Amino acid sequence: MDKISLELGGGGKTMRDFIARTILPTFGNPRLAPLLDAAHLPGKIAFTTDSYVVDPVFFPGGDIGTLAVNGTVNDLVVSGAKPLFVSLALIIEEGLETSSLNRILRSVRKAADKAGVEIVTGDTKVVRRGQGDGLYINTSGIGRVVARPRPRAIKPGDRLILTGTLGEHSLAILAARGEFGFENPVKSDCAPLTFLLPLWNRGVRWMRDVTRGGLATVLSELAGESPRPLLVEEKDIPLSAAARAAAGLLGIDPMYMACEGRAVMVVPEARAAGVLAFLRKHSQGRRAAIIGRAEKTVGRPGELLLRTESGGLRLLEPLTSELLPRIC
Amino acid sequence: MTTDLFHDRRVTAGLLAEIAGLAGRAPAPVRLMEVCGTHTMAIHRHGLKDLLREAGVEMISGPGCPVCVTPDGYHETAIRLVTERENFILATFGDMTRIPTRLGSLQTAVPARGSAVKIVYSPAEAFETARRNPSKEVVFFGAGFETTIPAITVTALRALSERLDRFSVLTAFWTIPAPLRAILTAGEARISGFLYPGHVSAIIGLEPYRFVAREFGLPGAVSGFEPADILLGIRSVLEQIRDGRPRVDNAYARVVRTEGNPAARAVMEDALEPCDALWRGLGRIPGSGLRFKPQAAAVDAAGKYGLRPSDDAGDAPGCRCGEVLRGILSPSRCGLFGRTCTPEHPRGPCMVSLEGACLVHHKYRGPVRAVKRKI
Repeated sequence: MDKISLELGGGGKTMRDFIARTILPTFGNPRLAPLLDAAHLPGKIAFTTDSYVVDPVFFPGGDIGTLAVNGTVNDLVVSGAKPLFVSLALIIEEGLETSSLNRILRSVRKAADKAGVEIVTGDTKVVRRGQGDGLYINTSGIGRVVARPRPRAIKPGDRLILTGTLGEHSLAILAARGEFGFENPVKSDCAPLTFLLPLWNRGVRWMRDVTRGGLATVLSELAGESPRPLLVEEKDIPLSAAARAAAGLLGIDPMYMACEGRAVMVVPEARAAGVLAFLRKHSQGRRAAIIGRAEKTVGRPGELLLRTESGGLRLLEPLTSELLPRIC
Repeated sequence: MTTDLFHDRRVTAGLLAEIAGLAGRAPAPVRLMEVCGTHTMAIHRHGLKDLLREAGVEMISGPGCPVCVTPDGYHETAIRLVTERENFILATFGDMTRIPTRLGSLQTAVPARGSAVKIVYSPAEAFETARRNPSKEVVFFGAGFETTIPAITVTALRALSERLDRFSVLTAFWTIPAPLRAILTAGEARISGFLYPGHVSAIIGLEPYRFVAREFGLPGAVSGFEPADILLGIRSVLEQIRDGRPRVDNAYARVVRTEGNPAARAVMEDALEPCDALWRGLGRIPGSGLRFKPQAAAVDAAGKYGLRPSDDAGDAPGCRCGEVLRGILSPSRCGLFGRTCTPEHPRGPCMVSLEGACLVHHKYRGPVRAVKRKI
């Protein structure tokens, strides 16, 4: 293939292979190579960057500004760092309404305040009409390292905990695009995950935000590092009524839907009840649930397994090709 | 949710036990063909494939994936349209853009100046695209069975009545009962019974399947797509085997009526007529396709642009999609499967379509070796 195709940006296996083949060889160094959400640098500093191209820029429950702050903040949190400073780079298409830009900037400010981060540097570029699509944003973030995720320390019996329901962000974007011709009351789950930071002191071994590629992709990547196979119980996955209905009507598997305010984590069996209680006390964690475990007797290392609602057992594969371009 | 019971593992476990009992008394091996790609996907997605095998029932995927049975000649025709004609939009479903042919795929093809491939979710969206782009010709490339054909036909008729003459449809329309006869006549698939498609049957009703019981003495049941629906259909087929009374049972009565949907059929019969059609894997089957009648010629892209999908576009070297579609080869026994043919780099259509047997077998495969079952 000699041209970049859309699916390379889908957050799935195709994108990961592309990065490993095309980008890593040029820069490969020990800090970049693990492809974590944020790099841990000397002096207990964590550093991350992310670009936002969501289409449309406004959607139920947020906009590109909310997303640009929370996405970067969340990458730091799940990498074991307390977010502190964020940069803001705007690439604006000629013709964007000033009122829209103002609204988005207010969202950035509000999201930054909520997450307890400061916008400390930035950049503004304008491109000709047709050379962009409204607005793109890049944010980078710096945080202070409080813990180091340790996927290789996963033990049989460790529990997988999901902090809330799956898929609302995907559904909100679909609704905003009107592509499926249905009205949908679902709001994006876009939110900062800073409330999870104390959990790094409660035995959590590993955490990831469930974004592009969905739960299946995030956990597949973890399974690749975990010394034990992971098993997910489909019946225990929290889903909103709307996500359930959309899954039934549209045939979209919630396992591959994106969130922007949910995380999945690995917790030792003995600490699981405590972590769950902590999560459920927080408004963003009310529907947190234990959704699976690291296995002792089933499967082989590297495998991510799904026990289906009807009792079948199969592999849960990462997302391969693009489900929904430009979701974040 | 009313469908939750259809997923509940207490319900499915009970049905599986009944199925195991019936299968144990039936002549071995019990091999049932699920005709429809949506069934293939549901059976694997819910992990029923292995559970059924343990119960003594082998499920075989059939020809019910429209993207898969459409031979490469059609896809190449679509690629030529968008690469050779300027200011031209080829609209189609996402799966269709990834089918690999001798000319590449619609995704890798470089469109002519002012032309583009547009992925749509419905024929109506393609029609809207035509309305919104007054300087472009728009062709909707639609492959489908009786489930999707009415919607595509309605859109085509709308273009006719609104005289939107820049819009036309490249049809790859297939009818379901015809390939079943072809598979049974060939006699190579060793089938003990059929799980008939739910959505197609909602349109065509039960009558078109009756020849299977009458002429070939084989049982069958129309079934829905939830785990319990599927198991109810399979139980019915096994009961027919036990009783030695093959028929066409309706195990999806909450959606499918015996007579089907006459209104949807009337739409098709008004605008379309049967034609001989070349199927991937099954060859040319008389009267198995549908095409526009002469009065709808203005929306028929084949006539409008003088297109004739070539018959000689064979499958990729080593690709055995044809045998998979005939039910004589399990995807994992193809030499390319999972090696040079993967969902990221498909070599044949059955690894592309979300309902293609190869993709489904690959994506929802069981664990390599379950050391010990623990429930």
